[in-house]
Amino acid sequence: MSDRGEQKIQPLAPFVKIGADGEPYLEGFKCGACRETIAEGFRRACPSCGMVGSLESIRLVERGTLYSYTVVHRSFPGVTTPFIAALVDLEDGGAIRGILTGVDPDFVQFDMPVRIVFDMMEIGGDPSVSHVRHIFVPERDLRAASNGE
Amino acid sequence: MGDIYVIGTDMIRFGRYPDRSVEDLGAEAALLALADAGLGICDVQALYCGNLGEAGRSVGQRVMKHIGQTGVPVVNTANACATGATAFREGWISIKAGLYDIVLCLGVEQMGRGLLGSVASYGGVPVEGLTGSTTMPAMFATLGMEHTRKYETTFEQFAKVSVKNHHHSTMNEKAMYRFETPLEDVMQAEMIAYPLTKLMCSVNVDGAAAAVLCSERKARELGLMSRAIRIRASVLKSDPYTSRNLAMMDFNAVTRLAAKDAYEMAGIGPGELDLIELHDCFATAELLHYDNLGLCADGEAGALIDSGETALGGRIPVNASGGLLSKGHPLGATGIANIYEVATHLRGEAGKRQVEDARIGLTHVVGAGSTCAIHILERS
Repeated sequence: MSDRGEQKIQPLAPFVKIGADGEPYLEGFKCGACRETIAEGFRRACPSCGMVGSLESIRLVERGTLYSYTVVHRSFPGVTTPFIAALVDLEDGGAIRGILTGVDPDFVQFDMPVRIVFDMMEIGGDPSVSHVRHIFVPERDLRAASNGE
Repeated sequence: MGDIYVIGTDMIRFGRYPDRSVEDLGAEAALLALADAGLGICDVQALYCGNLGEAGRSVGQRVMKHIGQTGVPVVNTANACATGATAFREGWISIKAGLYDIVLCLGVEQMGRGLLGSVASYGGVPVEGLTGSTTMPAMFATLGMEHTRKYETTFEQFAKVSVKNHHHSTMNEKAMYRFETPLEDVMQAEMIAYPLTKLMCSVNVDGAAAAVLCSERKARELGLMSRAIRIRASVLKSDPYTSRNLAMMDFNAVTRLAAKDAYEMAGIGPGELDLIELHDCFATAELLHYDNLGLCADGEAGALIDSGETALGGRIPVNASGGLLSKGHPLGATGIANIYEVATHLRGEAGKRQVEDARIGLTHVVGAGSTCAIHILERS
């Protein structure tokens, strides 16, 4: 990790940002007019109420609950399947899409608590660029894993 | 200001025509619709042409080179899967505005096989399978699961939509597929994205459909009122803000918004409809739209498909044509093919699949992004 300062870290979603400490976090926007939380990246006016310049950048808590999902068995050519594509309601408001991992598709339940974690990946041939994506993992399994250690 | 009427409409059989051009497919449907009205291209004052795959390549003007270059204005529309319905509505608006008396509205599409669209990228990196899925089946599967979460709608109930619509298309000589799909075949077909199997996904096909629209004054003058179909409502809406629609396309709120306006414009309620052609791009979607269009109380869509009331012979037949699932879904043509289907029933000319004594019908399409178009038609 010592060379991370020279590494360029490129997020794979508009709401994943890299903090001054080099760690990824979830960025949201709170509307000062209608109080709605927007979790899908910056925009010039609030999509909910239309107020211009009312959105303030906030750091979102990396927790939420599973709203809906599907198990994708066939995707575009070259994409590994199956995987669980999920829609998660964030604890602070707003919703984001992502992949749910760490749970058998047969045991997925609506409203199950999930944590958002970040996954560093090397994609493509440029060693100076790392990519970071967000994934959803079940809150319960994470606790079990950390207790076990 | 009188009403506006469909005085001619037709479609080509949906299928795969790799050896033909998009303009040739469009020209065939345009000439069929004009012949149905007993008119020629010289009677047409404007062409509204819907096409998605070659948006920006002047498909309408290219069609004119196959049916007669009269010099009239051509407007090409692209509005996702609502492209054809948008062309139809633009034609309706032009007559409503008093600019023209007779316009031609055309939808035409040539498509490849396989999954629609392409892999979404962020920052130049393909993200399908890394940060979710943007395939259309995955999207409509997730929406189906939302219905399951709210109302406990089952995989079997979604699958019954495919059984019904494939059955309907056995009676439609213009459908791509004309075979029965028993429930077990639908449920055991290749799983694409749960709860959608391959037989619960619409077919990518080539197709074209056209309609000739006319002012009431002109239709009376031409003596065309006996087979004319009155347009009681024409509505187009975009998705209003909902707390999840930035993350996932929402076709529910936009359909409800459009339906409310359409029923108001027509001065009727869903109980007065005799048939419906709605956007069954995936089997899940049809059940969502039973609720959205008010065919049943929220959450009763599963019970409604179980009851058989939306099948031919039932209280309110839905997708008598076979729908997008079985007739096929050539994106730009779909919206006008729906108009053709409903108009054909209202004229009493639908043959074996005729909805008995149909007086009023509704067409519905949605487009990714999201958009919804609804038309309510009545026999004159």
